[in-house]
Amino acid sequence: MTGTTPRAPRPASDSALTLPRYLREPADRRTPLDYAGYKSTGLRAPLRTPVDLPHRLTEVTGPVLGEDLVTAADADLTLREGGEAQGQRIIVYGRVLDSDGRPVPHALVEVWQANAAGRYRHVVDNWPAPLDPYFDGLGRVVTDDLGRYEFTTIKPGAYPWGNHHNAWRPAHIHFSLFGQAFTQRLVTQMYFPDDPLFGQDPIFNSMPTTARHRAVSRFDLERTQPNWALAFQWDIVLRGRDQTPFETDDDGDVA
Amino acid sequence: MSADRLSPLVLAADESNDRRQGTPRRGTGFLTEPFRLGTTPSSTVGPYLAIGLTWADGPDVVAEGTPGAIWLRGRVFDGNGDLVPDGMIETWQADPDGRFDHPDDPRGAVATPGFRGVGRSHTVEPAGEYAVRTLKPGRLPDGEGGLQAPHVDVSVFARGLLDRLVTRIYFADEAEANAEDAVLRSLPDDASRATLIARPSADGYVLDIHLQACAAKGMDETVFFAV
Repeated sequence: MTGTTPRAPRPASDSALTLPRYLREPADRRTPLDYAGYKSTGLRAPLRTPVDLPHRLTEVTGPVLGEDLVTAADADLTLREGGEAQGQRIIVYGRVLDSDGRPVPHALVEVWQANAAGRYRHVVDNWPAPLDPYFDGLGRVVTDDLGRYEFTTIKPGAYPWGNHHNAWRPAHIHFSLFGQAFTQRLVTQMYFPDDPLFGQDPIFNSMPTTARHRAVSRFDLERTQPNWALAFQWDIVLRGRDQTPFETDDDGDVA
Repeated sequence: MSADRLSPLVLAADESNDRRQGTPRRGTGFLTEPFRLGTTPSSTVGPYLAIGLTWADGPDVVAEGTPGAIWLRGRVFDGNGDLVPDGMIETWQADPDGRFDHPDDPRGAVATPGFRGVGRSHTVEPAGEYAVRTLKPGRLPDGEGGLQAPHVDVSVFARGLLDRLVTRIYFADEAEANAEDAVLRSLPDDASRATLIARPSADGYVLDIHLQACAAKGMDETVFFAV
């Protein structure tokens, strides 16, 4: 280093480099890991307090994938194996937004669910309800430019499980979303309005009281297709982001 | 809207106003705090995650035959020290140049061709084990003037986990880089750092994940992060 050579003026674009910062929902509005009513958390939820991880490049970036994993047929769960699934046909649709209300476009949405009788096509599920040869319970969709998604499926049935006396899961569809950054990753479940089983279900009730309604879809008569399918609307909200300055050195590298 | 977050305008109201003190002024059109939608709460993947979350090429961050490819392998254990046979791990990482194939990388996304960055492996078969085929990541800026050690971000999902767990994989043969890494340095002791450091193996690296400590089997709880 000479210490005397004047530095070239920094190009304007370098000073504008920023990394997004993703907002963290307060703990009392998030689903806790250790929920006593749900037995399986006992040996699995970590006992130590998690360590805060500042958001760096690894956390503000994330998998951007979907289009090459999904075909149009993946959005219709009622037509599989050359036949038509049994049960009440429903359309499930909505938008994927962040908490600032911005749409999350091109996000991969993966769903899986039980059939109309409440049985999963899985070797471990031995609940004696019929399997449906034309229903595998798997769907994938990618959100459009406005964050919209839509798929056609069968309303899943309730089913018993061994968590506690007379335990039944309310009807639900599992959802998995990547969003646009590692911090936005979300796996959750969509429920149906006015389910009588909510009161005794620890997985539903593990969600904070103030957040539970966000996991329940809305019956939508307007989008119902006459003589064909009922419709339920469910919007999914991922964490929003702020812009925070990110320092760069004189070469424009992130330093 | 809590009373301590009302706008100065509202808090300054007094008896001369035509409304009760501390209540928002109707019809002003102004919000008294930032508008935010509440996020959708997370839930467990349940025992049947393999129905919806299995990809034939899930473990492939890079394709078979990629020069320099390694396997990240490990097992997932619960608080009894038993294998977790119904979970899933996902990995997210930079390429060997320390770059992400993502529009928010301010250095410009220049990823290695064929490098996906993401890996997904369920622990169903073989029970309790995960394996991801990838390239070892490079060092990358930590945003505070230093460099991060090569690392892989990891999400853990399973029946009995109501939210994903987040941890990191570091590499034992990067001692110098690890010693400079801000995240590793922020941990309280070497024992907790050790839970994140993968050991070299015949075809790559190995790191087991422990959801809880199991003292009877000498297992320490993995460090998990709040993101």
